[in-house]
Amino acid sequence: MSTTPSLELRNLQVQYAVRGIKKDVLRGVSFSIAPGEAYGLVGESGCGKSTAAFAAMRYLPRNGKISGGQILFEGNDMTAMSADEVSNLRKSAISMVYQNPIAALNPTVRIGDQVAEVFELLGESESDAMKHAAEALARVQIADVDSVMRRYPHQLSGGMAQRVVIAMALATNPRLLVMDEPTTGLDATVEAEVLDLVRDLRRETGTAVLFISHNLGVIRHMCDRVGVLYAGSLVEQGTTEEIFNNPSHPYTVGLLRCIPRGGLHKNTDRLDTILGTPPALGAKFDGCVFVDRCVLVEDRCRASMPEPAQVGPQHMARCFHHDKAQSMPRAIDAVQVSVSAPASRPTTGTRLLDIDHLSKAFTQEGRTVRVVNDVSLSVGVGETLGLVGESGAGKTTIAKLILGLTGSDNGSNVVLDGKTLAATLSKRDVADVGAMQIVFQNPDQALNRRHSVTRIVSRAVQKLRGFNSNESDDRAHELLSGMRVEASLHSARPTQLSGGLKQRVAISRAFAGSPQLVVCDEPTSALDVSVQATILNLLVDLQKQDGTSFIFISHDLGVVRYISDKIAVLYLGRVVEFGDSNQVFGGPHHPYTEALLSSVPNIDGSVRKRIPLAGTVPSPSNPPSGCVLNPRCPRMAGSGVEGLCTTVEPELKEVEPGHFMRCHIPFDQLRATQQS
Amino acid sequence: MFIVATIVFFLTRILPGNVARRYLGRSATEEDLVNFNTKFGLDKPLLTQFYSWLRDLLTGDLGTSMAFNKPASELLLPAIGYSSRLALMSFLIIVPLSIAGGIIAAMYRGKLVDRILTVGGLSAAVIPEFVWAVTLILVFGVTLEVLPVTAFPTRGNPSFFSQIEHLILPSTALLLVLFGYIARITRASVIEALESDYMRTAVLKGLSRRRAVVTHVLRNALLPSIAVIASQVPYLVGGLVAVEIVFNYPGFGTILRDAVGGRDYAVLQSGVMLTSLVIVLFQLAADILFAVLNPRIRSRISE
Repeated sequence: MSTTPSLELRNLQVQYAVRGIKKDVLRGVSFSIAPGEAYGLVGESGCGKSTAAFAAMRYLPRNGKISGGQILFEGNDMTAMSADEVSNLRKSAISMVYQNPIAALNPTVRIGDQVAEVFELLGESESDAMKHAAEALARVQIADVDSVMRRYPHQLSGGMAQRVVIAMALATNPRLLVMDEPTTGLDATVEAEVLDLVRDLRRETGTAVLFISHNLGVIRHMCDRVGVLYAGSLVEQGTTEEIFNNPSHPYTVGLLRCIPRGGLHKNTDRLDTILGTPPALGAKFDGCVFVDRCVLVEDRCRASMPEPAQVGPQHMARCFHHDKAQSMPRAIDAVQVSVSAPASRPTTGTRLLDIDHLSKAFTQEGRTVRVVNDVSLSVGVGETLGLVGESGAGKTTIAKLILGLTGSDNGSNVVLDGKTLAATLSKRDVADVGAMQIVFQNPDQALNRRHSVTRIVSRAVQKLRGFNSNESDDRAHELLSGMRVEASLHSARPTQLSGGLKQRVAISRAFAGSPQLVVCDEPTSALDVSVQATILNLLVDLQKQDGTSFIFISHDLGVVRYISDKIAVLYLGRVVEFGDSNQVFGGPHHPYTEALLSSVPNIDGSVRKRIPLAGTVPSPSNPPSGCVLNPRCPRMAGSGVEGLCTTVEPELKEVEPGHFMRCHIPFDQLRATQQS
Repeated sequence: MFIVATIVFFLTRILPGNVARRYLGRSATEEDLVNFNTKFGLDKPLLTQFYSWLRDLLTGDLGTSMAFNKPASELLLPAIGYSSRLALMSFLIIVPLSIAGGIIAAMYRGKLVDRILTVGGLSAAVIPEFVWAVTLILVFGVTLEVLPVTAFPTRGNPSFFSQIEHLILPSTALLLVLFGYIARITRASVIEALESDYMRTAVLKGLSRRRAVVTHVLRNALLPSIAVIASQVPYLVGGLVAVEIVFNYPGFGTILRDAVGGRDYAVLQSGVMLTSLVIVLFQLAADILFAVLNPRIRSRISE
């Protein structure tokens, strides 16, 4: 191994010009990646991770400029290279994979041609390039190479498209691979496959990797060393083990604490947050960049930026208090929610919502597509029901059916508090509408950007409670303050608020009609972990105080586990497992749940053997016969009931008190195989 | 097309004036008027007239011109020939120039070239084509005397080049009007494609900027332009009428104007019907081209 690092950033400074004003985005970042090493960069949004990644490719937006420092690729300074020299490096030596793979492929060019282009650039003939393209695609374990090569990007699934992008990036055996959030937006099972693939290929090729992710679990699994970025500064750096087991910067400690880790539950543990909000782009600092949010802050922190302190061999933390960081006091947001006129609600435990035989079929090009198939669930008062499953499992459709946003099929029954509800919203009365509300994933799209925050909430109060406009404005202010949206922000418009605040406004609106049940559809997926923690805490507080029930949809199993009392696991529009949170997570699991759980990289570093699901989710228009999971089931082979699995669809049976499963394999046999 | 036919028919009938009196003059007797009306079917109820006109139209009979007393098709067909020559010429000038202008403006976004092209293009577009036509005639035809002032070579048997030469000014007048719109849309879609993730992929693959633009941007960016060009065809036709009149070109527009002036129902109605047919065909062609270039639509059709 040569001693020259593959990539070295030396005191790199990058500025963005925003309306003519230069703002610092990277403030002197230095790190180096040895050949064959995987280096992870973590941090919340806006801290400069992606800028660092693109700077390493010397590809910055039009308004971005390297204002100081050096980027050395194998000892050569890329900041001094001509455009042609950089192009040549990109052709063969460095390449990049990023988020949103479908958009990264040209929609009007066939996959084969796009991959072949990489080889053509190196001067190969068209036929050679096509042959090599096929080999490159085969290397990323694409089964049906010829057919994929003839397809266009829109005909690929997200996971498949990401494989293509990876194939393209690795085609020329680059010496450095930059991966910017490569699995964000993919399903857990697909993410696990892509990560396994990257790990295998890296072992094979010895490529150095700069890996960027907001997901600490993924970083822990993929990287040898980790750097933590905050406000454009590298605040801590060390081996993965050191960073996760001995974090020494208050920011790193805070980040790790806010994540709902395995085992934490809302009934026993409150999530930590990081106080305050990240500094605005290009904010000026005299001292440490983290002063405004640090619980250990002292005068000297404000006066000067601490020099990197050596915590251990290969472990640096830029903090005066690196020795105290781990024992720093917990940052828990104060409990101060007061929301409703305390309605007398039945005590916890009684049933609130009953869903019976809920089904929905769409007709698409003459074929019937059963998106939701005979789902029966119940939610108690003050209880949270978590819905999990891969995309396309029907989670959001179920939520829409319950709310009446989409009409359910005949035979479906939604009973709220003893009253059977009409199938569609327009036939429900105001009280029914107010009793069930929804919080969406993306508050940007869910809030009218032309209306003030007060107006958004007060409209809902007027509609759902029949208040006049003065009363409803007062009530809106009360609600917003209860959700800790400061009074000074009540006349602001949603675009002026941060993501977390927008989500608080959306939650306030959902609570306008004193709902009995609120559906939360991926409410924290677009938020940073510290903000996610405050939103989850808020939801838990609201529930404890008002006895509100939640249906909580999320692809993040850690979050679902933390907040849910009961969990329903969905596959292809069917409930495959339903039970108490600890039954579902503790096992014995349904084979699908088992595979899903094993694909999540957890941050505690425990390595769980991944149980792979073969193939991809089948189309709901043509589900497999028998048990819908059977073509992919990890436990069917050797179970002794294969004949049954492929011919008869199993019923949802109660396997132990309160724990339901849709599986032919006997419960005890599942227990035995899963423990071995 | 049926709706268009209905509108055309009744609109032309709203035009004021007694047709027979107009053609036969003040000295005509009542009897002459009745004969004229009978000959052209004007004495029958309006709906009957409409029905027979529609029936004739479907069999390809465009009716009889009242002014010249010969089949309307004999008047219209040569005029259409001339007009399509002018339209084709204009089209060949307008489309490449506007698209090139849009691409250049997008590539040099924010620079001086971009400002000149976008501001200049839109300023030119707000001035009506007949004003441009007259201005062009004055500048190039009268003052500079470099190009002919009429669009049609009058003497002798014109050569191909002399015909082209005569068409330059009228085409330019149309170009000035349509350039702004097409260039603007092209510019917007090229910018969108330049900022797309797949353009980033292309550059990070090591393609030079020029090559990335040619192979990855143009096809995606031209899709919206096709739709815009197709939507501008009616304006092109409208512009033709005005320009032909100014340049005294014996095309479609001139015939139509005379037909309106003379209440020549058959010519007018059939002329407008043919125009709308052309426009519809263009839209269809544009949609087909759009589908051919856009695999997302193509696969939807084949599924």
